[in-house]
Amino acid sequence: MDLQSFFQNLLNALQWGSFYALIALGYTLVYGVLLLINFAHGDIFMVGAYISFFIATFFLGQYAFALPMALPNTAIFAITLVLTMMITAGFGVTLERVAYRPLRRKGASRLYVVITALMCGLILENGNLALLGANRRSFPELLNNTVHVIGGVSVSSVKILVIITTIVVFLLLETIVRKTKLGMAMRAISYDRMAVPLMGIPVDTVIVFTFALGSSMAALAGVLFATAYPVLEPYMGALVGWKAFIAAVLGGIGEIRGAFVGGFLLGFVEIFVAAFFPSTLRDLIAFSILLIFLSVKPTGIFGVARTTKI
Amino acid sequence: MRRFTSVSLYGLLCVLLIAAAQGQWIDAYVQIIIMFIGINIILSTSLNLINGYMGEFSVGHAGFMAVGAYITSVLNVWFFTSSKVFGPPLLTPSSAVYLFPVTLLLGGVGAALVGLLVAVPSFRTRGDYLAIITLAVNYIVKSSIENIQAIGGARGFMGMQNTVNSMKESWNLPWALVWVLVMVGATIWTIYRFVNSTYGKGIIAVRDDEIAAEIMSVDTQRMKLVAFMLSSGLAGIAGGLFAHVLGYINPGTFTIMKSTEVLVMVYLGGMGSLSGSVLSAIALTLVLELFRPLQVAKWVVVPLLLILLMLFRPEGFLGHRELSDVFPRLRRWFSPQERQS
Repeated sequence: MDLQSFFQNLLNALQWGSFYALIALGYTLVYGVLLLINFAHGDIFMVGAYISFFIATFFLGQYAFALPMALPNTAIFAITLVLTMMITAGFGVTLERVAYRPLRRKGASRLYVVITALMCGLILENGNLALLGANRRSFPELLNNTVHVIGGVSVSSVKILVIITTIVVFLLLETIVRKTKLGMAMRAISYDRMAVPLMGIPVDTVIVFTFALGSSMAALAGVLFATAYPVLEPYMGALVGWKAFIAAVLGGIGEIRGAFVGGFLLGFVEIFVAAFFPSTLRDLIAFSILLIFLSVKPTGIFGVARTTKI
Repeated sequence: MRRFTSVSLYGLLCVLLIAAAQGQWIDAYVQIIIMFIGINIILSTSLNLINGYMGEFSVGHAGFMAVGAYITSVLNVWFFTSSKVFGPPLLTPSSAVYLFPVTLLLGGVGAALVGLLVAVPSFRTRGDYLAIITLAVNYIVKSSIENIQAIGGARGFMGMQNTVNSMKESWNLPWALVWVLVMVGATIWTIYRFVNSTYGKGIIAVRDDEIAAEIMSVDTQRMKLVAFMLSSGLAGIAGGLFAHVLGYINPGTFTIMKSTEVLVMVYLGGMGSLSGSVLSAIALTLVLELFRPLQVAKWVVVPLLLILLMLFRPEGFLGHRELSDVFPRLRRWFSPQERQS
């Protein structure tokens, strides 16, 4: 592989890894606070992509009630992004409220909540299929995707946007979790569930905030994904969701840094495997590497083994 | 006498079902449903050994099923039928009747060996990380099969129906149903005896407290090895049966969706409850079949029902209890000395 195609693959891997990283973030945030694997998260990503589709087509005037004036496409993109993130955050919080909180109140075992999450994911996927039908939808092109060729490497503006957004989001979240009071509360809940309410920290509010944050990141990933790969289908979140979960675990679940590093790592592995080997081997090699890695370092890259007192 | 009540009742049930199938009293559709119920019982009880009794969280059961299904099918097609892939049969087709259980068991052994892929990392890994490993194994198995073109790759593999037919020619019996029933009985018996034995209680000890179990001289590594290999081996047998009931398999069948289905059966029935797993496998298969007219909406209604069940009865039908604990009168009819704990 010459240098030129190496850099091309590197760029592709960064973009692909960005999606994994953004989705893995939602897994890791919720896990860090609740020790719950929110298996519906991949489908929240899908819901985000669909919501953004409907908002974007609404503002483009493709429905009966159009806006009085036509907006420039970039403005529509910005509005779509913000609105989608807000609505999807509300959606994630509703899911938590309806499905997970009653179980948590009952003190049910963690695994039952996981099963509920799996079921919620199935409902979202198949509910979407039943409501909107199986035909794929193509996301309207809102940003004119200019391709610059720098030294033989084609750099599209969407790729740059995706990568920069992901890095900004990472810095933002690190700040929220490390520096703010709310972030401290989140870390405290994962550290000691029993003591936190005694200190006057509103646990439920923190959990709602966590879900809102994670879901809006999934929505962000959804909008960006739909911009980069403009085909929407009900099962788009399933495989990406599982893989993002793997990325989160690879990085050490519960760690913000871990989700990002894991996401990019999985992106690199997948893209470079596809570059060297037949692309049908992509999943096989990616998962084999994961298996070997976890056998050697069972807690992921940044994960710390929790010591148990006897 | 009591010791044999359950065995003889099950034997009677099997004879009735086989006679009904033989005498055409139940049509082919009902027979297939019964066989699927049987396969699902094997899958859910074997997964319960890991998720319920040992308290790990395995989400890749379909991977082991795929290994068993492919090994058994390839062996049977290779040995007993003339196919495009393997040419004329290696052995006489009439010997299929005697050698079918052998190939079934070989499929189970193969799946158990793949189970090592999970068992060995489980020495050091627990909980969510182990869940990922099982997930990865599921994907690895599916992806490997897709890449072996000799057995059809992603297109799938067929020809198992000929084996079943040649078995039927030697002895006119509904062989697929016979072997499903035999294997269901064998699975339940094995797991029941295993978890109620002194040796098998080590698994429950691992769930309750691994460190304490280790101190009390339970060889936890060995327990995990045994549990994972037994569970995946049984899943492999279920896969072999599945392939011969359907007559066609492809890697797309054994995805995470299939694993989820089995997982749901285990949690619906209740963790660590053998009779719960059996009941829920029967109930869920029937419910899925009843809702078939709803088409896509089926997969909305069924998860919704499960969520409601989780909200109102989070431990499933029978969480950590057996049917005989709920209805103590049943104990009069079945072996009392085995449940003294």
